[in-house]
Amino acid sequence: MVGILEDKDRIFTNLYGFHDWGLEAAKKRGAWNATADMLSAGRLWVIDQIKNSGLRGRGGAGFGTGLKWSFMPKEVGERPHYLVVNADESEPGTCKDREIMRHDPHLFIEGCLIASFAMQAHACYIYIRGEYVREREVMEAAIKQAYEAKLVGKDNIHGWDFDIYIHHGAGAYICGEETALLESLEGKKGQPRLKPPFPAGAGLYGCPTTVNNVESIAVVGTILRRGAGWFAGFGRPNNTGTKLMCISGHVERPCNVEEVMSIPLKQVLEEHCGGVRGGWGNLKAVIPGGSSVPMITAEQCETALLDFDSLRELRSGLGTAAVIVMDKSTDLVRAIARISYFYKHESCGQCTPCREGTGWMWRVMERMAKGDADPKEIDLLIEVTTQVEGHTICALGDAAAWPIQGLFRHFRHEVEERIANYRSGKPHVQGATLVAAE
Amino acid sequence: MPKAKVNGVEIEFDPGLTVLQVAEMAGEEIPRFCYHERLSIAGNCRMCLVEVKPGPPKPQASCALPAAEGQEIFTNTPMVKKAREGVMEFLLINHPLDCPICDQGGECDLQDETMGYGRDASRYRENKRAVEEKFMGPVIKTVMTRCIQCTRCIRFSTEIAGVSEIGMISRGEDAEITTYLEQAVTSEMSGNLADICPVGALTHKAWAFNYRPWELKKTESIDVMDALGAAIRVDARGAEVMRVLPRVNEAINEEWIDDKTRYACDGLMRQRLDTPYVRENGKLRAATWGEALETVAAKLKKAKAEKIGVIAGDLQDAESMKATMDFFTGLGVKNIDCRQDGSKLGHGPRESWLFNTSILGLENCDALLLIGANPRKEAALVNARIRKTWLWDKLQVGVIGEAADLNYRYEHLGAGADSLKDLLGKKPHSFAKVLKDAKNPAIIVGPGALSRTDGAALLKLAADAAKAFGVVREGWNGFNVLHTAASRVAGLDMGFVPGEGGLDVNGMIDASHAGDLDVLFLLGADEIDTARIGKKTFVVYLGSHGDAGASAADVILPGAAYTEKTGIYVNTEGRVQIANRAIFPKGEAKEDWAILRALSEHVGTKLPYDSLADLRHKLMTDHPTFGQVDYVATGAPLDLSAVGEAGEVDAAPFVSPVGDFYLTNPIARASVTMADCSRSVAAARAGAMAAE
Repeated sequence: MVGILEDKDRIFTNLYGFHDWGLEAAKKRGAWNATADMLSAGRLWVIDQIKNSGLRGRGGAGFGTGLKWSFMPKEVGERPHYLVVNADESEPGTCKDREIMRHDPHLFIEGCLIASFAMQAHACYIYIRGEYVREREVMEAAIKQAYEAKLVGKDNIHGWDFDIYIHHGAGAYICGEETALLESLEGKKGQPRLKPPFPAGAGLYGCPTTVNNVESIAVVGTILRRGAGWFAGFGRPNNTGTKLMCISGHVERPCNVEEVMSIPLKQVLEEHCGGVRGGWGNLKAVIPGGSSVPMITAEQCETALLDFDSLRELRSGLGTAAVIVMDKSTDLVRAIARISYFYKHESCGQCTPCREGTGWMWRVMERMAKGDADPKEIDLLIEVTTQVEGHTICALGDAAAWPIQGLFRHFRHEVEERIANYRSGKPHVQGATLVAAE
Repeated sequence: MPKAKVNGVEIEFDPGLTVLQVAEMAGEEIPRFCYHERLSIAGNCRMCLVEVKPGPPKPQASCALPAAEGQEIFTNTPMVKKAREGVMEFLLINHPLDCPICDQGGECDLQDETMGYGRDASRYRENKRAVEEKFMGPVIKTVMTRCIQCTRCIRFSTEIAGVSEIGMISRGEDAEITTYLEQAVTSEMSGNLADICPVGALTHKAWAFNYRPWELKKTESIDVMDALGAAIRVDARGAEVMRVLPRVNEAINEEWIDDKTRYACDGLMRQRLDTPYVRENGKLRAATWGEALETVAAKLKKAKAEKIGVIAGDLQDAESMKATMDFFTGLGVKNIDCRQDGSKLGHGPRESWLFNTSILGLENCDALLLIGANPRKEAALVNARIRKTWLWDKLQVGVIGEAADLNYRYEHLGAGADSLKDLLGKKPHSFAKVLKDAKNPAIIVGPGALSRTDGAALLKLAADAAKAFGVVREGWNGFNVLHTAASRVAGLDMGFVPGEGGLDVNGMIDASHAGDLDVLFLLGADEIDTARIGKKTFVVYLGSHGDAGASAADVILPGAAYTEKTGIYVNTEGRVQIANRAIFPKGEAKEDWAILRALSEHVGTKLPYDSLADLRHKLMTDHPTFGQVDYVATGAPLDLSAVGEAGEVDAAPFVSPVGDFYLTNPIARASVTMADCSRSVAAARAGAMAAE
């Protein structure tokens, strides 16, 4: 038995695409089974079930999904309600939503219908990142199959008029931010809006909208089929259910795997990924939730659990559960410099701290990767990250600041050594230094 | 009314205000770059961050956060101080060290807020980014490296000016503000962009490197480039007017002025008449005052009253027109007229030639019919007010006349009088219902209709329409006449129109052409067809600039321009305003009224006032409306049946008499900036059409 989750409890039974993604095969695996019954139990029942299941948003922030749905207006007024699904999946390290979309699209589409019903929306927009061409093709074909089978559309067999649209992006990480996504969907530049007002009050076209991640929506059908209690039975309290985890980096077998929440990180790496390259003792650091969360040390990895609360206690975060494993061959400073470059490149430029700060942080990190810096600049850089964090319109500023903070929290000595070496005429050389494409 | 606490002090406020507004009400200054009271909220500079409880543990953008009951707002905590210093530091890391060469220095928000809220020194050691300059036309100078991406210019052009010609391209630190097509911004309000830009990224090209703001003497005055009397501030250094900036006047121009008002001031230094001239053997030569006045007096004493004509121009102050009128009517002259555009207004109740709704009152209007008016060319600030009300979704506009681009959508009912008649007919355009159902309907009749030979009859037709649609009723007067000249309403108010049997402007020109006019006195009048003036007519030109009138003159009496005298102007609303003198007249030039007074002495019919105060006293005694300074009677009653005159109307389409917006008066025509604008805006508009 590998890992903790047993096959019988798997939600994503075609994660690796061994089976046909088409409607008939998906139905055999359980999609669209008893959906009509779920809807007839009423939207309040649906929301309650999701609340009780403890499902927390799978897109990175981990906000209670049922709670989020309950923010929508109780009565539909003049403005229609919308569900928008965030399939922008651009967080570095994350590659789970693409598997759902290209291998199990019908499970996902079913979730869209149920979620829309719960929030009284008759239309759902899926915003998929522009680079996911094949995934979009499969989704479009699957949606067509669903329309033809009258599972969705006007006068469908479920008794809830429902239209589902796919819109693709054009290559911006910032369009994964919910309000920037809405702006992009409306045809404008993908620049985040100020919150308040929140999308549930004024979202797509100014109408009440909920934006959810693909995985959050895709698990809804199975949760309702098997019961909130079943889902809540996995993981620790407040961190329930199963989660798709994407492990990449210095492991023998990088992979996507569906596992229970709160599974020990070490167990995932050893059992699902063949262990750290060169043995567990070769582990240096891990970024557990996509590049936006601070790294944790190998020592912390001994006891870390892959869930929201455990990683938060370690001053990191679960994020999207995109685990980036770095062994002792890694030049951590270069790695963080490259991550800083990513945020500088992806900043939308709307607000001052992110627009100017990401560029500053990247340039200082680049110099530190070489060692061409003053030791005093370490504290300066940390202070600059605190000047960006919390002062921006959206969380990209925070996401740009945290990796650097994580580096200095755990590996400050490495940077200091590098600076000392450079200054004494022994510049650091580790493998081939990649120059960022600018 | 909800209550909140600002730094511990409780304050009550109207619901709907933001935290920034409440804090400012409480007397706490909140620094900001992107927020502007008259533009939509952007919230992207992050300078206005304050601490708000209850709320998240991070500071909030006060410009966007709605103020709520029970909020505690803190503007001076360490968190806020750190946030402000942080944002200032970030703004300055890529901002070039241009202060010594930047025109904004001395009135720069970035400088002021750095001193007030920033760090002492920069800690940035990397390279700064640079941005290419952009071409935005003859009026806006761009040094985009200085831009802090506050997006005020984008919001101004899109929302207030109504031209979506400026935007931001690229993202992140490469984001740049540009017109992309690198052509002139075609809005007549584009000068305001340089005002609202908080840094020296957008500055005034016409005034680049000319001055520093602290060396200018500032005089509050009134604009005369159109009939609105916008509030301006004339900044002068020594004998030269360096620039004209807007003042806030919610009733007329809010915080804006159009480009002609702003940039025509360089025309004040060119083509100036600074000494009297007398024409000898066909050529003008300089003369003394005594000689010039005697020459004129001699001609006047010899001529018969019915062979003397007087035309007042568009930029004249009320005092000079009063002195002129008193003088010439004292000689028995009946051929006097202030209506250079040929309009027939001036008879009937005073409200029949006023903008009765008032410009501010337009904001209460929900249906508006423009008859022969192109407010964008004729009164740009009225157009801005119409657009503002339209943008709030409260106003529907219908136009009878040219289908011009007014920067807001309207229903085009037709081109001329027939469409107006149809509106009152059996099967009217659907806009008739809009007017009927409106709570506060209004009509604006413009010079496109009024300056024609059938103008009086068209005015009557418009009054009929006003009656049919309930435009004038108790407490609301929606009947408006739009003038284009600063002097017009004052002239009409004092009766500067032909007496019984007297000739109007066209009549005088015709008579001169036929050899029947001995003396033609032009008081700053240049918009007449001087080519038709007959050889037998002795032309006297009293004015400030050498334009058409002066070239046709036999004697030139140099007067003062609007920045060189204190004068009363009455705007199209009937609002009496007093302009102030910023600099002295050029050379030998004197104030206009004083010239008339001296002339009257030479002729032997001395005018009964020796000082400007005495003149004003007589003006206000003879015509009491001139004593109502800064006052408009909104909702004044008006008997529409007394408006206009019955007569034949011509079916020809209404065409605005304003040809080129930038060249409508002698000062504008003498201005290099206006010539540049005229050329490049025409090119940009032509280019834009070709691209479609």
